[in-house]
Parts: sequence; C-alpha cells; structure tokens
Amino acid sequence: MSVSDDQPPKLYAAQEPVFPRKVYGNFRNLKWAMMVVTLGIYYITPWIRWDRGPNLPDQAVLIDMADRRFFFFWIEIWPQEFYLVAGLLVMAGLGLFLFTSALGRVWCGYSCPQTVWTDLFVVVERWIEGDRNARVRLYNSKWGARKIRLRTTKWTIWLLISAATGGAWVFYFMDAPFLLHHLFVGRAPYVAYAFVVSLTATTFLFGGFLREQICIYMCPWPRIQAAMIDEETVTVSYRDWRGEPRGKHRKSAEAVNLGDCIDCAACVNVCPMGIDIRDGQQMECITCALCIDACDDVMQKIGKPRGLIDYISLTDEISEREGNPPISAWNHVIRLRTIIYTGIWLAIGASLILALFMRAAIDLNVSPVRNPIFVTLSDGSIRNTFNLRIRNKQGEARPFEISISPTEGFELKLQGNEASIVNVPADSTGAHKVFVTAKKGSLASKSELTHIRIWVKDTVNGDRVYRDTVFNGNQSRN
Amino acid sequence: MSKQDPHRDDPATTGHEWDGIQEFDNPLPRWWLWTFIATIVIAIAITIIYPAWPTFNGPTKGLIGYSSRADVAADIQRFKAANEAVDTKLSTVPLEDINKDPVLRSYAMNGGAAVFKTWCAQCHGQGANGVKMGSGYPNLIDDDWLWGGTIEAIHTTITHGIRSADDPDTRDSAMPQFGDILEPSEIDQLVQHVRAISGQSNDATSAKAGAALFADNCAACHGDKGTGGRDVGAPNLTDAIWLYGGDVASLTNTVTNAHYGIMPAWGGRLTESQIRQVATFIHESGGGE
Repeated sequence: MSVSDDQPPKLYAAQEPVFPRKVYGNFRNLKWAMMVVTLGIYYITPWIRWDRGPNLPDQAVLIDMADRRFFFFWIEIWPQEFYLVAGLLVMAGLGLFLFTSALGRVWCGYSCPQTVWTDLFVVVERWIEGDRNARVRLYNSKWGARKIRLRTTKWTIWLLISAATGGAWVFYFMDAPFLLHHLFVGRAPYVAYAFVVSLTATTFLFGGFLREQICIYMCPWPRIQAAMIDEETVTVSYRDWRGEPRGKHRKSAEAVNLGDCIDCAACVNVCPMGIDIRDGQQMECITCALCIDACDDVMQKIGKPRGLIDYISLTDEISEREGNPPISAWNHVIRLRTIIYTGIWLAIGASLILALFMRAAIDLNVSPVRNPIFVTLSDGSIRNTFNLRIRNKQGEARPFEISISPTEGFELKLQGNEASIVNVPADSTGAHKVFVTAKKGSLASKSELTHIRIWVKDTVNGDRVYRDTVFNGNQSRN
Repeated sequence: MSKQDPHRDDPATTGHEWDGIQEFDNPLPRWWLWTFIATIVIAIAITIIYPAWPTFNGPTKGLIGYSSRADVAADIQRFKAANEAVDTKLSTVPLEDINKDPVLRSYAMNGGAAVFKTWCAQCHGQGANGVKMGSGYPNLIDDDWLWGGTIEAIHTTITHGIRSADDPDTRDSAMPQFGDILEPSEIDQLVQHVRAISGQSNDATSAKAGAALFADNCAACHGDKGTGGRDVGAPNLTDAIWLYGGDVASLTNTVTNAHYGIMPAWGGRLTESQIRQVATFIHESGGGE
C-alpha cells in the first residue's frame, strides 16, 4: 500500500467482495470428497443406532450431559474416565502439528468447518446466481425484482442449510428422533433451541457473508500454524522463476523472452480468499490448491507442463532456481520431524487403546468415615465405618458381594442389610455404608492402624475389585 | 468529541510528559464510547426496575417488585409442595415400615442427615458420636442406649425429649446425690464395686463391701447386676461405655454429685416427618436395635 503524506493510511480496510470461479481438477475433486465425508459424518452420525440393551440409549454417538455419560458405539465413558477424551484431544492436537509441519495449512484448505461450509454455500450461490461473471454483474446491478428474487432464494437455501447444521449439533446431546420431534412441537429444552438458533445464525453469517474474513481476522489458528511451518513444509507456491516475466504470449519478438505465466488471472479468479498467489506466500492463503487446478488447466491448453503453481517447499525454490529438476513432495513430507510426530501420535493412540481395554466393568471407591474415626461398642470391641461407592458399568443390574481381608478378627456388616450382598442397578453408582468391627482384645482393636482390603465381587461373572484402606483401632485403651 | 484527525503528523497531546513520553489526546473509538454510555443508561434503568436506592423507609421497591427473599420463600414453598406426598406417607406409616420402602428410606436417610446437622449436632457432634466419651452427651452410633435403641424408642425420645421442662410426657428420672446419703468411704467401696462389674482393675476387698451397698442403693434403677434400666434411663454399668467417665475419680464424682443430661422435646419444633427422618437416620447409623 502506498502511503502519501497528504493521505494518511486508513486503519480500517473495507471487505473486498470475492467471487470465486468454478474450477475442475484433482484438488477440487479431493475437496469435493472431503466435503462429502466431513458433512456426511456431521449430519448422519447422530442418527446411527446402536443397541446397548434395554437400560441404555441406543444412539451410537451420544453425549449425555444429564446422566454424565459419553457413548461412542461400543465404548461408554464415565466422567472419571475423561482422561480418555483428554488423550484424544492431545492426539488431535498432535495430528494438527503433524499435518501442518508436513503439508502447511492443509487443515484450513480441506477440512476446517469454515472452509467446508463456505464451499457448500458457494455451490448454492453458483447454482442460484451463476458463475463468477454473472455474480459480479448481479452484485453491481441495481436492486430490482430479479436481484431480490435471486438473493432471497439464495438466502433461504443458506438458512435451511444453517438450520440443519445448528439442528444436527444438538442431536449429539439427546436422542435424535425424540429431540427432532420435540423441536418441532415446541417441547424441546430451551438450551436446545438456544443452540439451534445461535449455530444457525453463526453458520449463516460465517458461511454466507464473513467467509474469508473469519480466517484473516478472527481465527487464531493461522497465526499459530505459522510457528509450525519450516522450510521443508509443502505449501502452495508459484514458481516465479518459471513464470516470470509474465505476459500475453503474442506472436511477437518480445514474447520470446516471457515466462510461462500468461497473466490470465485464472488463479486469482478461483481463489476463495481473493488473493494473488503469484505475490508469494501470504497470510491469507489457506492452501486449498484451487489455483493449482486452475493453472494446470491453462498450462495444458497452451501446451506447457503443469505445475506453474504447485505444492512445493521453500527448499525446492532454492534448489530449482539453481536449475535442479523438481523433486517429489513425498521427500519433504517424510522427514525426521514428521516421523517423530507420527511416533508420538501412535504411542498415545496405543496407550489409549490399552487403557480402554484394561478398564474394569466394575469400580470401587472406599472412603473411611473420619468423624468419628472409630466407635467403642458396649462389649469393648471397636467399629469403623466405611462409605463404599460401587460403580456398575454394565447394562444390567448386578448383585455384588462385599467382603474384607484379612477376615480373621473382623466382622463386616452392611448398613440396612442383613446379608453382605448389594444390588447395584444397571449403569449406575451404588452408595453403601459398611461397618467393620474388630473384636475386643484383637490386635486391630488395639493398634493405631491396621491395613485392610475391601473386596467387591460381581456374583454373576466373578469379577473382583478391591481397595486398600485402614482400620483405626483404639490405641489409648487397654 | 474532537473532530481532529488522529493520523496527522502532530496530533494533540494531553500536555503531560513523563521521561519524554507524551500521551496523545486522541478521541475514544465511537463504538467504545457508545458502549460506555449504554452501560450507564442500563445501570440507571436497572436501579429503577429492581430494588436499589436506600430511603428512610427502606429501599425503593423497583418497578417489577422483585425481591430475593420472596424468591426464596417461593422456592421453599415449591419444595414443600413437591415433598408433600412423601412427607405425608412418611408421617403416617408404622415406624418399622420406613426401612422396608426404598423411597421412604432414602428420603428419610438424606433428610434425617440434614435435620441432624441442623438441630442435633450441637450436642451430639457432627458424627453423632457424642462430643467426647465422658462428657455427658451420648454417642448415638454405638450400641448402648439409655432409653432404648429401637426406632420406636428413638422416636419417642426425640419427640418428647429428656427431662424437658415443656413436655409433660418427657422421659424423666434423676439420680440422687449420694454425697448427701453415704459416707465417702462407702462411696469408695461402691466405686470399686462398679469397677469390678465393668471388668476394670479394682480393690477386691472394697468391691466386695460395695456389693451390699450397691444392692441397697443402686440396684433399684441400675438393676441387680448393674446392667441398667431403660425405663428410667439408668445406664448399664457393666459395659465399656461411660457417659461421664469410668475411671475412679469420674465415678466418685458421679456417685457423689449425680449427673443428668437434658434434651429438648422436638415434638413442637420439628414436623412429624422430620422427627421420623432423623429417627431413621440415627437408628441406621450403627446403633439401631
């Protein structure tokens, strides 16, 4: 930007409207595929059913806030197992590190929701209003019946997509068919409506109007990514040593000295961010590679090799300027840094899977009652009380047998229960109080601390878990 | 606001200077200014809508008549209404049936714990174990009961209290001050006898002499064998639990001066449902018979 003395620079840059042109090619096809896969997963997942038995929800993926359960197909996670989700988030973070260091802003270009939904909205826009030139004309034309009709149609379809998007979100938190019905008859919880409305609004606004502004001004991720990109990272770049000087290839004398770039502006016209990749790497570029497709198409038409704009790294630039032939992008992708990221990623993944399979289906917490730490009974024996929390993670109620070791000298009794068996309902935690009594004169009744172990046994399948705790005797007596 | 262009070469400064650092006198951003003004307007509006300004007759009531106290009252009313069915049922079923109904039991146990912590813990302790052995506040989670440990007995004790002046049906008894009746040497013998029947170290000769004194003076309430009498709240003297201490000095003090505790009658203060809740809680806390 040129700065003159009389005209001070403006701090506010008005949005330049961007009208991306339609483009065909490999990367465009990859983007279509990514769009189908990501949106498919997002919209369809809540409707997948998964039979877990009569007492549990049959939704394959469900975040049940009210009952504090997270269901994912055959996996059920309780709040105290949230470390598994935390591990998953660490993996997601490392995955981003890996992909960013290898392929630059590949997340931004292909799978970021902002990119995917903007892409979808542009498809709708193109379908209603036509391709780039028609859209520019419509943008510049005066408001009339046609413009109002086209705009209203477009906005309506955008709004429907947005509502479906906001709607799909809440289905992850409640039984989808039930909630869908309740949403329409007006009996769904307020929080569901609030989420549908706010996500509809953000989708409509972000995908329809803000688009590249989100990436440039609001998203912190592009700035963070810059720290992970190095000279070996493959990004979308223009081979200016091959393209320059650019110019129209007329049959004239000076045309002989021109580079391969014919300055057709195809790369600029297809760019969803409204930039010119030939200016070099820039903050706005989300590396969606549509300019590669556009340029390859032109190169093919004028009989030049593809790849004037291509996925290359900074080291390629140095090497190719010296006249060396281009090397495969895989040579950049597979290197120590990415291998280390992959290694850590796999290690965490393996330990999470291990942790997942080693979880017991029952769990026990024992907390001694400390007020008082012991009670002297009339025959002089000493009694301690323990609060047990038995978690039954199975889909059916189970009887659990509670016992103590060592058994000698101790007597165990459950509160409000003559037997030593308690029933814990399916998928829930049972709280029980047990009284442990040490006979008068026994070592435990006189010792300050005696280590004991409380066992819980699933009487159906024989699974046992234990917790170690201590018995407080009355040291001051006898 | 100044119309001055903030980007010209020599924008006005505030005129202050610290170590060569000056401060531009640029206008605030419009959006910031309007947000600031809006917050003032909203703040004033809130003081009009809600109770706010103090006057001599209390604070202004506000346009919508909101009161947090009324909110609490409404909440309490709401919970009372929600619990009415279970409260009524709890108050009317036979006492021994409370434990057989899981809903009633759960309600009584949780409600009873709250009632206990509010009204009973001051004397009986947060853990219901008395304040300290020998202090005179009975431990409620051991298996020793002065007036009976069945749920009916506990219910009666809570309802009518012990030696409660304002309840004619209260449990009442008093141990005489034997310091006025017996000689100190006789009291020593009695104490040695009590030590003997409770299995503690004693002087055998004195204890034997004390046996006759015990039969004459104590057995009427504490029983021939000293095992206590619940109809008069006389403690069992043969077990390991001492309300006022089992050592020689404490026992001598008790026999000489006599001790008794007082518990208020809760019949008029707590609802029948609350009394049954706390009775269930105590009965189930380890000492129930």
